[in-house]
Amino acid sequence: MAQTTDISFKEETLELIRKITKRYPDGKHKSALIPVLHIAQAEFGGWLSPQTMDLVAEVLTLKPIEVYEVASFYSMFNLQPVGKCLIEVCRTSSCWLCGAEDIIDHLEHKLNIKVGETTTDGMFTLKAVECLGSCGTAPMMQVGADYHENLSIEKVDKLVDGFKQENKQSRYC
Amino acid sequence: MSRKLLLKNDHIPGIATLKTYRENGGYTAMEKALKTMSPDALLEEVKTSGLRGRGGAGFPTGMKWSFLAKPEGVPRYLVVNADESEPGTFKDRYLMEHIPHLLIEGMIISSFTLGSNSAYIYIRGEYFYVSRILEQAIDEAYAAGLLGKNILGTGYDLDIYVQVGAGAYICGEETALLESLEGKRGNPRIKPPFPAIAGLYGCPTVVNNVETIAAVVPIIEMGGAEYAKIGIGRSTGTKLISASGHINKPGVYEIELGLPVEEFIYSEEYCGGIKGGRKLKAVVAGGSSVPILPTELILKTAAGEPRLMSYESLGEGGFVSGTMLGSGGFIVMDEDTSIVKNLYTFSRFYHHESCGQCSPCREGTGWMEKILHKILEGKGTLKDIDLLWDIQSKIEGKTICPLGEAAAWPVAAAIRHFRPEFEAYVTNPESIKDVKHYYRLNPTV
Ligand SMILES: Cc1cc2nc3c(=O)[nH]c(=O)nc-3n(C[C@H](O)[C@H](O)[C@H](O)COP(=O)(O)O)c2cc1C
Ligand code: SF4
Ligand code: FES
Repeated sequence: MAQTTDISFKEETLELIRKITKRYPDGKHKSALIPVLHIAQAEFGGWLSPQTMDLVAEVLTLKPIEVYEVASFYSMFNLQPVGKCLIEVCRTSSCWLCGAEDIIDHLEHKLNIKVGETTTDGMFTLKAVECLGSCGTAPMMQVGADYHENLSIEKVDKLVDGFKQENKQSRYC
Repeated sequence: MSRKLLLKNDHIPGIATLKTYRENGGYTAMEKALKTMSPDALLEEVKTSGLRGRGGAGFPTGMKWSFLAKPEGVPRYLVVNADESEPGTFKDRYLMEHIPHLLIEGMIISSFTLGSNSAYIYIRGEYFYVSRILEQAIDEAYAAGLLGKNILGTGYDLDIYVQVGAGAYICGEETALLESLEGKRGNPRIKPPFPAIAGLYGCPTVVNNVETIAAVVPIIEMGGAEYAKIGIGRSTGTKLISASGHINKPGVYEIELGLPVEEFIYSEEYCGGIKGGRKLKAVVAGGSSVPILPTELILKTAAGEPRLMSYESLGEGGFVSGTMLGSGGFIVMDEDTSIVKNLYTFSRFYHHESCGQCSPCREGTGWMEKILHKILEGKGTLKDIDLLWDIQSKIEGKTICPLGEAAAWPVAAAIRHFRPEFEAYVTNPESIKDVKHYYRLNPTV
């Protein structure tokens, strides 16, 4: 396939991708697509630009459309730029019963944005998401791969202030 | 009734490591299976145990395994369903995080029984940190000769791989899961063929829940007949229950099937009663898709019998007055909870998670969410309640996969049991202006 992008993976990332591809039988390397999209998203700024998706297609010898249709199906793949630190608060039943709406309201005030928006400095994006399997420790939020549970307003303040101070980059993997 | 089989050792420090797991009897069932039993004998034990799938549907595991096609020269696969996205359910996460080797041991025994040499764990992407725990445990098992080629010198080979998803409830449906594992969108397949005939890469495949596969370990340890003595009637063994909502002690509990619901909610051993000493209003007993029941019907059946935590007892009365054990996601609501608002969170969820292949599900879920939103805003009419009823009744049975039903049942049950509350929202919107929809963590916000 012709080179269509001018970005590339780091050599160690390519090594990891080759390792992942070996998990599947011969000719079934398409199975590596979701794991590789996670890696690509982490390596290229927390979202999947068309350019990044084209690179994934090239590396896995897939058609670009095969990559786009998958990337657009799954909620953890961001097809638009997001802030450096993505905060995802669960809003489904058990979390709602335990006060998730207060957590969301508070974050909207604190960050001065609405759910779905990014702060003007590009630091935080706030999302409300569906059940993350943490219902017994509700309310909760996920920041990258980290679960923050049994939240209170004070706990949220402490966490967010900390993220700001360390200039935290959230990553799922 | 505190019989523990899966979580008997979860409190032991270091039990997530191979060393501690083995010191506490880990991998002896697997050794017994591979060294002294045939696949046919193992299958018989699982059948005798009466084990039923713990992922939600409760299908007999031994029977499912016996459907697996075995054509010559074609690989077979075991795929463990660790997608766990049904709202209210978090027991698989607990099990994998705390006792990863129990799942791996169960996978080795199960794969050997099925004649599979590769097995995958498909885990939801959000559980990324759990996937790392599993991978560490798998590496330890390889290093100890418990995985890979010629396991424990028995000539049996098995590889286990962990695959992470990327955020899609529908990938818990087994054929959507297989599509996703093949690197595609998670669109459920039309059945037949069933995965037992044509599953992963078109090969015969068994898909089982994490807890189901873990339960194979005690079954082989004690024998299927002994396991079948635990529990009640056709609900044999123990079940992990994820308890959440307005209770004093939320968490994951292993119960012997047949435990009275009342004891589960109020005893100190389990949920410890309702928070703040309030009254119970309703329970969703088996994850978001099962019918909600009001206090009088969750504690007792319509016939006045105590309701038990079992497939049969929770199902007693059908959908008129009963519910389902489902995934064991037990969500408790106190007297101040708005049933309408809770239902709205479910309907929003199903709309968000519909894969969009079937019009009744794709359109119906969105429509129900919109109507509920309108009712919550105080802009609904009595006709909207009938319309909701009508829409849900037109989804059931008309879709490719059961997500359609999963979205319809909660709506039907909420209206069936709490119609006056829906009517109050539309006939007197002023009266709900100050209704406490949920707990305010901090009233000054
Ligand atoms: C929409 C939908 C979501 C599902 N989600 C899960 C899930 O997260 N975990 C699970 O084990 N089973 C889930 N199931 C059930 C699976 O399709 C399948 O029946 C199950 O994995 C079989 O395993 P078991 O027999 O061991 O329960 C879901 C089914 C549907 C229709
Ligand atoms: S019922 Fe819904 S989720 Fe299932 S296949 Fe149809 S549209 Fe997709
Ligand atoms: S409802 Fe929020 S984690 Fe399950």
